[in-house]
Amino acid sequence: MKSTMLLLIAGVMPLAALAETVQFEPADDIQFKVQEALILAEPGTTFEFAEGVYKFNMGLSLDVDNVTIRGAGMDKTILSFKEQDAGAEGLFVTSDNVTLEDFAIEDTKGNAFKSNAVENLVLRRVRTEWTGGPKETNGAYGLYPVSSKNVLIDGCVAIGASDAGIYVGQTERVIVRNSRAEYNVAGIEIENCHHADVYNNVATNNTGGMLVFDLPGLPMQRGRDVRVFQNKFYDNDTPNFAPKGNIVGKVPQGTGVMVMSNSNVHVFENEIYGHRTYNMLICSYLSSGVELKDPNYYPYPEGINVRDNTFGKGGWQPTGELAEAAALALGGKMPDIVWDGVVNPEHDGGEMPAEARIYIENNKKDGEGDVTFADLDAAALVLSKGGDASKIEIKHDLAAHAGSTPQPEPVDLSGLE
Amino acid sequence: MKGLAVFVPALAIAMAVQAGPVTVSPDGPLVRKLSEYNLFSDLASLTPNDGVVPYDLNSPLFTDYADKYRFIWMPEGTSATYDAVETFDFPVGTLISKTFSYPSEPGHPEKGMHHRETRVLLHRTSGWVALPYVWNEEQTEANLAVAGARDDIEIMTPSGDLKEIHYIVPNMNQCKACHENQGALRPIGPKARHLNKDFAYPEGAKNQLSKLVEEGYLTGAPENPADAPKLPQWDDVHTSLNDRARAYLDINCGHCHNPKGPAFTSGLDLTWMQDDPRQYGVYKPPVAAGRGSGGHRFSVVPGHPEQSILLHRMSIDDPGSMMPQLGRTIEHAEGIQLISDWIASLKPDEFDHLREVGDGGDQAP
Repeated sequence: MKSTMLLLIAGVMPLAALAETVQFEPADDIQFKVQEALILAEPGTTFEFAEGVYKFNMGLSLDVDNVTIRGAGMDKTILSFKEQDAGAEGLFVTSDNVTLEDFAIEDTKGNAFKSNAVENLVLRRVRTEWTGGPKETNGAYGLYPVSSKNVLIDGCVAIGASDAGIYVGQTERVIVRNSRAEYNVAGIEIENCHHADVYNNVATNNTGGMLVFDLPGLPMQRGRDVRVFQNKFYDNDTPNFAPKGNIVGKVPQGTGVMVMSNSNVHVFENEIYGHRTYNMLICSYLSSGVELKDPNYYPYPEGINVRDNTFGKGGWQPTGELAEAAALALGGKMPDIVWDGVVNPEHDGGEMPAEARIYIENNKKDGEGDVTFADLDAAALVLSKGGDASKIEIKHDLAAHAGSTPQPEPVDLSGLE
Repeated sequence: MKGLAVFVPALAIAMAVQAGPVTVSPDGPLVRKLSEYNLFSDLASLTPNDGVVPYDLNSPLFTDYADKYRFIWMPEGTSATYDAVETFDFPVGTLISKTFSYPSEPGHPEKGMHHRETRVLLHRTSGWVALPYVWNEEQTEANLAVAGARDDIEIMTPSGDLKEIHYIVPNMNQCKACHENQGALRPIGPKARHLNKDFAYPEGAKNQLSKLVEEGYLTGAPENPADAPKLPQWDDVHTSLNDRARAYLDINCGHCHNPKGPAFTSGLDLTWMQDDPRQYGVYKPPVAAGRGSGGHRFSVVPGHPEQSILLHRMSIDDPGSMMPQLGRTIEHAEGIQLISDWIASLKPDEFDHLREVGDGGDQAP
């Protein structure tokens, strides 16, 4: 024990001796002061923003490695971009080993925080918010790391994004935990990522609470190995306010968890309720009827495990064209767990390989009755291709989905803590 | 009057001697004052020192109607290597400067120009750096402003409208946003197709590529500039509409929207060389345009500028959605007109094969 302590101290001391701390207080000419300091910073610098409101009219950017930006608390240190008239982001980071903690980014014209192609990013107790409530004119993303490696989002809050509040895209090794997403179109979204753990979060009052997506046409593909567990997804029932042309614009009002075209996704021990359309949807990108032209894209959700979740009220008023059509066939109400039933045609007629199946086990219903389920037998795909509707056979048998596949290894970002 | 005209260059030469040679250190600390480079024998009039060669481009980037004065200098005995497509391979020590100016009195350039900023691209041993220098009110010096600057100024557009603009000097990080290519900074303008034109040098008009060769600054260029690629002038009505539009998109968008540029994720390639219409936007759905799509489905819809995302993003000034993201704060009415005319001129029948059923790209169940 003692030798470990000594090692730790020895490891930390030289860093501490070199590191510079730069302090800011709110001031009129803060824009250029802060931006200049961020550009000229030596690696190892810590920026401390005292309590107060800092008004910026242009986006800020950081391209220096090993920098920490720290405020006095997410409700005390506020970087306000209400008067922003230039720059597509509030804060844009393109360097490695950056930690941001204890401040808020408010009312940016575009994304609140974006990072691109970085490694070892920590966002801790950062709040992003559009203070005028959910609006189409709000910026797209709250916390938006993309094309990165090792991203830890811990204790953050994201409110009012017109796309996703907390969005991690095309990234390897992600943890999103202890965070809260409210009044966004998508609360938390993991898109085209490999190895992501999402746990102990709350997503409520979004249009959709939790999205695990894989989309075509992006440099990083085959989203996989995602664990979504011990979260609360409830009352994500806000009408969709995404601008037209956005994929999340198609997420139906009242969606709890949606897993699209990913592989090896484990959704367990969550509380999911209060979603008028889908408490839980598993689907393929193909169900949209879009013809794919990306030969590298794999559109089938495979190895999806949904177990030990507690479901509450849901599916009472399915919204959106496809959901409404499906609900008609189901007697007007959507079951708790819906799978669109689209499978790789290579598996048609034969036994599905174990790693490609959909597993649903041991989920509980809070209140009356049991957890309900529907396999839509690829109805949307069949109908969009002018297929024979009479051959569609919607199934409700959960026994066909018993079993499980091994969980992915927990995401290890202990080096960042 | 004539005597004065003769006298001024003579004075400039005299001052050039006084100022000493151009001073560029490829390894030293960043230079804080523009004057320290000795690029100009007379700073305020941007009179070039010995070895400093002025140039311009067939079609320039639009930056809020600023006038731009470009110069290049290379260390004695070094030269760039010609390339028909890419930016020339410039030696370490190369300095490129671009000064952005407006008439002191809007609409009256004859009454003198007021310089706002000079952007310096310097090829240091460790790679290119982009350095913004902001001019003082007295026009006696321009100081390094790593964080950029902004100024509310009044300008007159070519159509005679007075406009109040927030002129923005980009900061050093923003410079990278346009100049980064495959992870490294590099110049955008000094490519064969942009430089291949005549320039009115003090000693007379001459092709710019030939001039660079003559100065010893360029090797490997075709002997006859007619054998080098050449972009049209975007506003030269004697050239085909298609070529002018593609030239405009090349210089305004192609530095980012190319397969190696920062906007490669969009899948849109707006460089002059791209000859696949789908790649330059025809019936191409957006990838992550978000609100920027303006509700439209394709970048370019032949015959329908009003349905084309490309034109939409040029026509707005919302910083979260507009294109380009940097470099302009107002719309370029003449550029918008050009691109609008071009899209209107594209005949839908000729591109029908690019149109596929269900080609929305943005549907989910």
